[in-house]
Amino acid sequence: MDLKYSREHEEFRAEVAAFLAANWPPIIDGQPAKGKEAQIAFRKVATEAGYLYRNIPRQYGGSEQPADVIKAQIIGEEFAKVRAPREMPGIGIMMLVPTLLECGTEEQKDLFIPKTLSGEYRWAQGYSEPNSGSDLASLKTKGELVGDEWLINGQKIWSSGAQFARFMFVLCRTEPDTGIKQEGISYLLVDLKQPGVTIRPLKQITGGEEFCEVFFDNAKTPASWIVGKRGEGWQVSKATLSHERSSIGGAATSVGLYEKIVDMARNTTIDGRPAIEDPLIRDRLVSLQGYVQSHLYSSYRQLSMQAHGQNPGYVTSMNKLINTNIGHDVARLARDLMGDSLMVAPPVEDAYKAGPEKWNNQFFGSLGVAIAGGTSNIQRNIIAERGLGVVRDSVETK
Amino acid sequence: MNFLLSAEQLEIQDTIARYLADTCDSVILHREIESPSWQSQSVWQGLCELGISAIGIPEAYDGLGMEMIDCAVVAEELGRAAAPTPYFGHTLCAMAIAELGSDQQKQAWLPRLASGEVLGTVALAEGNGSWQPDQWQLVGGDTLSGEKTFVPFAEHAGVMVVGTAGGQLMLVTPDGAHTAFSAVAGIDQTRKTSSVTFSDSPAEKLGAAHQGDRLRDAALVLLAADAYGGATRALSMTVDYANVREQFGQPIGKFQGLKHQLANIAVEIEPARGLYWYAAHAFDHIVDDSPRAAALAKAHLGDRYLQAARDCVEAHGGIGYTWEYDLQIFVKRAMFDFAYLGNPACHRKRVATLNGW
Repeated sequence: MDLKYSREHEEFRAEVAAFLAANWPPIIDGQPAKGKEAQIAFRKVATEAGYLYRNIPRQYGGSEQPADVIKAQIIGEEFAKVRAPREMPGIGIMMLVPTLLECGTEEQKDLFIPKTLSGEYRWAQGYSEPNSGSDLASLKTKGELVGDEWLINGQKIWSSGAQFARFMFVLCRTEPDTGIKQEGISYLLVDLKQPGVTIRPLKQITGGEEFCEVFFDNAKTPASWIVGKRGEGWQVSKATLSHERSSIGGAATSVGLYEKIVDMARNTTIDGRPAIEDPLIRDRLVSLQGYVQSHLYSSYRQLSMQAHGQNPGYVTSMNKLINTNIGHDVARLARDLMGDSLMVAPPVEDAYKAGPEKWNNQFFGSLGVAIAGGTSNIQRNIIAERGLGVVRDSVETK
Repeated sequence: MNFLLSAEQLEIQDTIARYLADTCDSVILHREIESPSWQSQSVWQGLCELGISAIGIPEAYDGLGMEMIDCAVVAEELGRAAAPTPYFGHTLCAMAIAELGSDQQKQAWLPRLASGEVLGTVALAEGNGSWQPDQWQLVGGDTLSGEKTFVPFAEHAGVMVVGTAGGQLMLVTPDGAHTAFSAVAGIDQTRKTSSVTFSDSPAEKLGAAHQGDRLRDAALVLLAADAYGGATRALSMTVDYANVREQFGQPIGKFQGLKHQLANIAVEIEPARGLYWYAAHAFDHIVDDSPRAAALAKAHLGDRYLQAARDCVEAHGGIGYTWEYDLQIFVKRAMFDFAYLGNPACHRKRVATLNGW
């Protein structure tokens, strides 16, 4: 066990820090700039230096670096220190690009990856349907090959950011029923800016509008915009999971939340004294600290295992539920520290400027974490069946 | 950056696991808990032959010269088997002498502790929850008089590290004339403890004042490791049972109600091993953070183990509530780990202060 970084990695850290000191924020018109334009310019330089898009080949706009999870961690830490932007956020980078790299054609890679990296193309996910949530493989949206085009009919839901996206990756049923619901699904890429597509944002519990319903009414997409083979879309969609790096990011999120709630306890009073001096609050904060530190060390272990070519095993399947539990715990603490502000609506925009009522966004958001990407009860099935080896139910959980 | 056990550490754990699987089965455990006197001395003798008694002792004194993390991974394995051995007190006693002792004290005790010829233990508690070095009131001098309680395997110890006022540790050689023992009717009979009354017992200082804190931190790490090992075992017993016990014509593990309980227990336990790993690592390598890390590990794992053990009983149903079934042994071991050296709330309070709040 050695929690120090090797000399090579310490040198790498110094190199990243020096790069950031010289390049972030960039100077535009004689002024340090952090806006959208500055971010785009910075990402380009940081990619050329080999710090962003490391697992993406240079021909598609990446920096094509050898896999090194420790270096990736160091980059993350150093960029976070100075709040420099990392890869473009969004589902296009997180899910579509890795899927195309693994299963896409040359034409698809050339057409989509560079412009997705640059931020020109934004993506939405077309997986869930009104009657296919946890049981995703029961999806019914139809794709039919007519001439040299796919004709798509059906409805998708919970597609975050679809109202701002140019394209969607859509799971459609394209093949005859075999009796096995995972078969016969194809993974299609669809331009959302066409007459056959209607997008309707859904207003959420927070009052904001992040996700949408998307209706396909004879929407069209070229025959060649299928990723993987016909009927193998289920496997294609799962290939992405091997690229998941949620373990590390998840623990960092937990630590960040913990630090924020400790700050809140310092800056809130109970009976005229700072809440952080209240014995009950102190006890609850340290209980939370136990969970957060556990998650952090667990992520170090997962990172170390990956760095040594070992499979971290079933603990990776727990990361989401751990994050969810910590989010719930933080929400309970925030609720008790907020006092009357619990009754005040948080602003939808620029929430960081608001008073304690901004914690209502976390109060709701922690529920979003519990649901999105597989609900906690689905996670529990996965942990018990694939992790602990508890006998499977007849219902297949994916 | 490498937050993993070494191949050597994994091998030590594997060796102990295999040894205990052969020598410390359910029959042995039940024989132990049925008896007020220590029955499983041969299990400990075998562990001494494997070198476990020598693990935290420097090589210059015939020990293995290993670190806290090595001592802790052994504690995890012993916790997993609920092994009725005096490893905890023995190892702490040896570590304290190795860290604080004079050359003469080290020479006198360490080689014999390493071989297992002499058993060591630690006398810390003074009753009413007075566990911490700043709470010790026993006055130390050339002799000691007064009482300590919850002293592990006290009657078998040839040397004892005793905590006294001002956080000063003292070395005492128990003898019939100056030390009297009264067995505690302990809930966890895999770890026998006694109250010890000292009457003008000859004693010598071990190190200087306020050095008892390190011993306390070491003890917290070992308890946390034991708790992690025990909790994983309680869970694996419950998973095994859920897969074979049938009701309504199917293994009960197929029911989501139970499946989700098991997943919840796993999520509570599995990530927490890093807390004791880090605390053990910090004890030797990040000394400034060691008191806080040790307290957090013991508080968190003490809580997790006891709750997991209770949840596992509930998940079993009636069989889990019987004396005959082994799970009760782990519940009681969890109660010991929870309360020994101060309960989780006591250590969370310390962590809050150590956080600078």
